[in-house]
Amino acid sequence: MITAERKPIQEIINFVSPYKNLLLVGCNECVTVCSAGGRKEVALLSSALQVAFMKSGRVINIRELTLERQCDPEYVEQLVPVIDSVDAVLSLACGCGVQEIARRFKDKMVFPGVNTKFMGASERPGVWAERCQGCGDCLLGVTGGICPIARCSKRLQNGPCGGSSNGKCEISPDVDCVWQLIWDRLKALGLEDRYEAILPAKDWRSGRGGGPRKIVREDLM
Amino acid sequence: METESVLERVFKAGHLAVTSECGPPRGALPDKIREKAEVLRGHVDAVNVTDNQTAMVRMSSLTACIVIRQMGLHPILQMVTRDRNRLALQSDLLGAYAFDINTMLCLSGDHPHFGDHPMAANVYDLDSMQLIQTVRTMRDKGTFQGGEAIGNPPKMFIGAAANPFADPFELRVRRLAKKATAGADFIQTQCIYNLDKFEKWMEGVRRRRLHENLFIMAGITPLKSAGMARYMQKKVPGMDVPDELVKRLAALPKDNQADEGITIAVEAIERLKKVEGVHGFHIMAIEWEHKVPEIVRRAGLYPRPAV
Repeated sequence: MITAERKPIQEIINFVSPYKNLLLVGCNECVTVCSAGGRKEVALLSSALQVAFMKSGRVINIRELTLERQCDPEYVEQLVPVIDSVDAVLSLACGCGVQEIARRFKDKMVFPGVNTKFMGASERPGVWAERCQGCGDCLLGVTGGICPIARCSKRLQNGPCGGSSNGKCEISPDVDCVWQLIWDRLKALGLEDRYEAILPAKDWRSGRGGGPRKIVREDLM
Repeated sequence: METESVLERVFKAGHLAVTSECGPPRGALPDKIREKAEVLRGHVDAVNVTDNQTAMVRMSSLTACIVIRQMGLHPILQMVTRDRNRLALQSDLLGAYAFDINTMLCLSGDHPHFGDHPMAANVYDLDSMQLIQTVRTMRDKGTFQGGEAIGNPPKMFIGAAANPFADPFELRVRRLAKKATAGADFIQTQCIYNLDKFEKWMEGVRRRRLHENLFIMAGITPLKSAGMARYMQKKVPGMDVPDELVKRLAALPKDNQADEGITIAVEAIERLKKVEGVHGFHIMAIEWEHKVPEIVRRAGLYPRPAV
């Protein structure tokens, strides 16, 4: 999923303080799963903003809505009946959702309420970790199903570097050395010799190196 | 000979080679480089020039290499893949070769996390293995990494690093084998304090016969004090300093610890000279360059051969 974390409340207050009527929009997909921008977080943030404004002797009208999927034009269309009654939109979706609202409603300012972080997985309750950087040319088939691009601090495709210590990365004892994980897994699978195949210089055009990316599926058009 | 590198000639004439290193200054101070390099003259075959080591901004390795080359000494251009993409790395290699610099070392580099610009983007377009492949292709095929022909391709004698003390230990010989396959000519190791573990690693190296195709230089860094030994032991990732060394230094009065550190370094060289497959010594006396001649002399590595 795409993970996100709510922005600091003061940054959000600074965004919305010029406005009286605000539309606060959540998303029922990834940001709900990682507890950053679903229905519950929309309600909590709405209350927090009301309180903050009241303390400074002001009033803000907040309309709350959570869409099924904010990155999808079909669902964003559901904002049409309410958009004219608000001065600005505060979105708790990932950056994709925020931009979909900006694209659809050209005369309405939209602010992000979360910082979009990474594509990751839940490790345990309350902890999410990066798993994929969307390089566009998946290596998992040769690295035992564990990604060095996303999970090595130096994205080394031929690691581990000399800083791997007791299974941890040199940058922090909280970061696993992904090449230790890859090696352990290759061993468990009896594929140790795979390690010695050199991964050649990567073609980053399939990733961000090639500029903004697009998928075009003519069979679905 | 593959190249005009003095280091290659020393190895191939069957001598134990000696290199040391110069860290460029944190300022536009070419005289600092000249001072540090001058001290080494006659005592080493070539001088490594570090590339923004510990991820701190310093005078560029290439510029400092040119200064050293113009003194008539032989620099080893260190290149990390942290700061530059493949275009910049290859263009710097052309520049280096244009100034008669023919020996280099391929590294991934310390993560920016450790330096004075932890907010910087780290590049890592290539890793050290892929940089070795790139330099080898430039030399042997005369083409850039992208495939086009080079006019007067740089003929580099290609170095790489190895850390026998990092984890997982069982991968360390395999990773060296990958560097050999990628095209490395010589290896400089991480500083060696745990001699037993290094010798165990070398056994693995010989079992794979990697020493027959790679010139392996043992890394030596003299300890200045018990404090430095403790710091290296506890704080530097991938460093293995046995307790007995710390105790040996700590048992002495502070004023005698530096001399003892030099003695420990000389003893290590004497012992490692006997290890089959060790082709030389890379003496990294960090901000202690003036002690290198003494170590070289006491270890019986002086004078350097004329090749």
